[in-house]
Amino acid sequence: MFLKLAAVIALATPSVALATPPAAKGLPADPLESPMWQFQAERLFGTSPVVFDRAVHVLVPEIAENQRVFPVTVDARALPDVQRIVIFADLNPIPIAIDYATGTAAPFVATRIKLDQRTPVRAAVLTRDGVWHVAGNWIDAAGGGCSAPPLSRVKGDWADHLGEARAGAWPEAAGQTRLRMTFRHPMDTGLVENIAAYNIERLTIRAADGTLLGDMQINGSVAEDPAFTVVVHHEGGPISFVATDSAGLRFAGAIAPEPSPFASANP
Amino acid sequence: MLSRRAVLGAGAGLLSSTVVLAQPFAGIYEPRADVVADGIWLVRGADEPITFANGGAIANTIIIATDDGPVLFDAGISLAHGQSLAALALKLTGKPVTRVILSHLHPDHAMGAAAFDARLVHALPSTHADLERDAEGFSDAMYRLLSGWMKGTAIVLPQADMADGPLIIGGRSLQVFALQGHSAGDLALLDEATGTLITGDLVFHNRAPATPHANLAQWQAALDQLEAISHRLLLPGHGPLDRTGFAISQTRDWLGWLDASVHQSVASGLDMTEAGEVAIPDRFNGLKSARYELQRSVSHFFPAIESEWLPKTAP
Repeated sequence: MFLKLAAVIALATPSVALATPPAAKGLPADPLESPMWQFQAERLFGTSPVVFDRAVHVLVPEIAENQRVFPVTVDARALPDVQRIVIFADLNPIPIAIDYATGTAAPFVATRIKLDQRTPVRAAVLTRDGVWHVAGNWIDAAGGGCSAPPLSRVKGDWADHLGEARAGAWPEAAGQTRLRMTFRHPMDTGLVENIAAYNIERLTIRAADGTLLGDMQINGSVAEDPAFTVVVHHEGGPISFVATDSAGLRFAGAIAPEPSPFASANP
Repeated sequence: MLSRRAVLGAGAGLLSSTVVLAQPFAGIYEPRADVVADGIWLVRGADEPITFANGGAIANTIIIATDDGPVLFDAGISLAHGQSLAALALKLTGKPVTRVILSHLHPDHAMGAAAFDARLVHALPSTHADLERDAEGFSDAMYRLLSGWMKGTAIVLPQADMADGPLIIGGRSLQVFALQGHSAGDLALLDEATGTLITGDLVFHNRAPATPHANLAQWQAALDQLEAISHRLLLPGHGPLDRTGFAISQTRDWLGWLDASVHQSVASGLDMTEAGEVAIPDRFNGLKSARYELQRSVSHFFPAIESEWLPKTAP
């Protein structure tokens, strides 16, 4: 009887219908049966409720062609009131790649991470009600994404281009701008002999009046020469962004998006 | 506090009780040859990615009979694969392999050289250099994917003595073409008597081209060169034989579309996962492994195109 009632309630709200109901106590069983699920989940979520939720779309390629540069896109636009998106890989020595406080931005982010071995790659999305919505899959990868030196260290030219920023902006929907930013940076993990950890730690995006449009914490498991795609809420005018790294250097950029073609159609 | 290693150890115990993790045994290579011209046999690979199920036997091998014994064009992926191809060539011609020609560096074509005396194995100098650089990495990757199939497969580097021009082996007149584009060194071979053009991986047929070491402009130029060589029959590196010239134009069409598609993805603000999900035109419906190779190619080309195309910005 209780089960039937629960099913009816779940069907009434589409985003919940896809979700496993949160366990009253403890973590839900991991559908991926990862040996590190319990450990990572306790660290990340504490006592907050956790659900596995197909409303969180984690887009990855069929194959990890390059374990140093594995693209991950997370689209949680099917969920209301998203506050944070965390991308993590259970079996990476640096499990969390990014922790994105979405603020007014759309719950969408794309970046590229390193894979140190076959591992689950997941997104955890926090909604305002305090529930973490988790999705992901096992990715088969050759070893060494985190423990091999970056190509620019091997080539020796990393310092010549350090912090070079590139950016593009595209209208996404009414009042929304898709922003892509790339930086030249070795993103050293600290796991390679004689190369200390050195990575971009934070990326903030602001409107011309200083309003915060997006704020991301970044770890060394993000790929060398990192790239980030976000969809910010933006009513026009230039957008600026600043990345800071673990040595305190600041890499800033600005872009003036074209006026959105959606603006007049949907005021 | 639990260490990561302790948790992994505990988890492994749990995993073995809940998931069936049977370690499958490798099978036996059973290559089959089709006679395609007088004294020439085509041994077809599976038109698939390298997987444990197919033992990595995905590339075509060509056997050419000569008075000195058969020539093997590409050697398969492993010791056992190379041995099975050698046994097949012996059965077909009554003579042991006299020479192995490697078309290029990739493991599905080159690592079967382990089955032969290094003095019998020949390639372009650029292929020798490629293998000197990459063979160890290939070996690690193939052992990881194929485990038991790779048993005993050591690295055998080819003689770096193949060059453009005529080549006569056991009375058979061949023409060697030293090309590049699929990799830094791509050897193609023409059998003059039968007009059979053997292209290695410069031509794929009804199987999407792979691009891990490709230079697309050079590859297109190589396709032009191949098209200009008069031939009656073409044997591609992957996929079925072609008597119509279609395989060259299909390879050219895919590479052109691929290049334009990745550029278009960068220009329209997509990231790599999205670039790998774009619609593949219907005219490529007949290409096996198309989505798989598109996503691999995005990995190969996207970051460089992005770093050229996205404008630099300053505060």
